[in-house]
Amino acid sequence: MAYQFDFGSILPHWKLLLDGVVLTTELAAVGAVAGVGLGILGAWARSSRIPVISQIVAVYVELIRNTPFLVQLFFIFFGLPALGVKLSEFQAAALAMVINLGAYSTEIVRAGIQAIPQGQIEAAQSLAMNRVQIFRYIVIRPALKKIWPALSSQVVIVMLGSSVCSQIAAEELTFAANYIQGMNFRAFEVYFVTTGMYLVMSIVLRQILKIFGNFLFERRHHA
Amino acid sequence: MPEFTLWDIVYNLLLAARWTVLLSLVAFVMGGFVALVLLLVRTAGNPWAMRLVRGYVELFQGTPLLMQLFILFFGLPLIGIDVSPWIAAMLGLTLFTSAFLTEIWRGCVESVNKGQWEASATLGMNFTQQMRYIILPQALRIAVAPTVGFSVQVVKGTAVTSIIGFVELTKAGTMITNATYAPFTVYGCVAVLYFVICYPLSLYARRLEGKLHNVSR
Amino acid sequence: MSLVELHAIHKSFGAVQVLKGIDLKIDEGQVIALIGRSGSGKSTLLRTINGLETIDDGTIMVAGKKVGDHDTDLLDLRLNVGMVFQQFNLFPHYTALENVMLSPQVVKKQSKAEARAIAEEMLTKVGLADKMTHYPDQLSGGQQQRVAIARALAMKPRVLLCDEVTSALDPELVNEVLAVVRQLAEEGMTLVMVTHEMRFAREVCDTLVFMHHGRIHEKGAPEAVFANPKTPELANFVGGLAG
Ligand SMILES: Nc1ncnc2c1ncn2[C@@H]1O[C@H](COP(=O)(O)OP(=O)(O)OP(=O)(O)O)[C@@H](O)[C@H]1O
Ligand SMILES: [Mg+2]
Repeated sequence: MAYQFDFGSILPHWKLLLDGVVLTTELAAVGAVAGVGLGILGAWARSSRIPVISQIVAVYVELIRNTPFLVQLFFIFFGLPALGVKLSEFQAAALAMVINLGAYSTEIVRAGIQAIPQGQIEAAQSLAMNRVQIFRYIVIRPALKKIWPALSSQVVIVMLGSSVCSQIAAEELTFAANYIQGMNFRAFEVYFVTTGMYLVMSIVLRQILKIFGNFLFERRHHA
Repeated sequence: MPEFTLWDIVYNLLLAARWTVLLSLVAFVMGGFVALVLLLVRTAGNPWAMRLVRGYVELFQGTPLLMQLFILFFGLPLIGIDVSPWIAAMLGLTLFTSAFLTEIWRGCVESVNKGQWEASATLGMNFTQQMRYIILPQALRIAVAPTVGFSVQVVKGTAVTSIIGFVELTKAGTMITNATYAPFTVYGCVAVLYFVICYPLSLYARRLEGKLHNVSR
Repeated sequence: MSLVELHAIHKSFGAVQVLKGIDLKIDEGQVIALIGRSGSGKSTLLRTINGLETIDDGTIMVAGKKVGDHDTDLLDLRLNVGMVFQQFNLFPHYTALENVMLSPQVVKKQSKAEARAIAEEMLTKVGLADKMTHYPDQLSGGQQQRVAIARALAMKPRVLLCDEVTSALDPELVNEVLAVVRQLAEEGMTLVMVTHEMRFAREVCDTLVFMHHGRIHEKGAPEAVFANPKTPELANFVGGLAG
């Protein structure tokens, strides 16, 4: 007997899915803002003249980039309590996302900074700017502009990656899906619909980042 | 309850890590093959085929790997194909890999100077000859570094297959944690093992990239 | 019957009409210089003759056959018409010799020995007998361009199109390439070249074609055209070059 698809069986649970979408969005927002911020800090520290600082950042970046997000999440949620750090599901998920995105964006932002022509920095030095001023006024904006597409892609990747946070019972979209299929036993339909929701979310997120980038980097005409 | 020494933990994780490596290899090779076919279809210029490949890539890049695995794992049985976690993991990662590699390689093909297409066209070469003798050899050289770099993503992607019950490194970590109640140590070891697999690949990719920038040929 | 016959060629890029009805006959052994201001459509015209650009309207006949848009027609066309580019476009992963040997082997299915013999002959002809095993990045611009000429000649085309083949070269390397082109002209090769080297055009070409805004504005023997421009645009163009 052929399987009868029943997408209607998801409808009664729309509220759960919506809650999931909200939580995934929150996770992504926290992750993106704090993660990119961490990345900018990391890139700045990476170019520090104090070798220890730059090396610590390098180790952080390599550790994160060469281990799976899921393992990082488990380590934070299940492992850290052994050190007395007890986090809620949401806190652990958000922290894992920030740390993960922070490492990737450190590398991405650093590449952008390295692409700034040396002449720009020399010109700023000749105008008597100090390191902080040069970074803030001369380097960071063109650097971010250059790597914005790569950074946006990474943010989308991290948002999609948050789906495994269901494994520590953070109640995001995938968790909601798992929960619903446990009630209606319509696994395929539920995951199919959820996948579609993720697709829409990634398309929307990409657009938002693009618009935000345009806003951030547009030429401002001062009167 | 038996006592677990650190060595017991590492030993059992190492056994499971073999599956991580095997799954990565299989997904990478099969995914690479699918990607090559998709790349040729995409480059050959039939607009419908191009759109189809682009949609395929966007679908896999725009949804979580976990969802892709769930759909295969729960969906295939509905059309009468019973899949084990291993088969679902292998299929899922192959598709995932093929989508990303198609996109990476397309970028490499497009970065070959347009003049190379034109010069070979004026010499009378057809699409297959252009691809085979002129474009792919040059694209390949550019592609090696990002391809090796992406292999790290494949290895890390295998961790997600633990969720559909495939027993690889991460799943073994969870099982051992449940037996030892030592999550800090166990997940620490799991992370180290992944690092041991991935870091050399990352390093190698970076070396290749450096080389590429230094010589043009 | 002429070797190449263009009739009412029209070509637009988007809303911009670049070729507005070109009629041109190229006879066996003729050496034509295409001149005109930047943007007048010279490159576009050469590229349509070689099928690198599709045309919106008009016909192209090569060796008596109308060029359609079937792949076999295109192959036919390209076997008859060779092209040399401003930017050389050598294949960076092949040596000079391999660059020249490749298409005789894979397109014309010649044996390796045959292809090699022809390639060596052509490279010798352009004065690069001692550079055959060099890769493009080991050659100067002038040498690269001469390899590109040898590569086109190895296909034994009946007409060779040259688009500003010396424009990307340092001044001291221009002459070695022009010398090769001059030699080809003297040997009776049919040539169509876009060039800004007016003295060279005057000495080597038998026909000068002046393009302006996508049309052939004036055409004739170089001496006559230069000495006695019939239109103010050409007078202007020639005057601008002198001044
Ligand atoms: N692929 C293209 N897409 C859009 N416009 C094009 C394209 N190729 C050429 N054009 C436009 O067509 C016009 C003619 O270009 P063409 O290259 O034929 O001029 P040209 O006479 O060779 O000039 P130059 O002496 O600078 O080489 C120009 O306005 C150019 O901008
Ligand atoms: Mg031109």
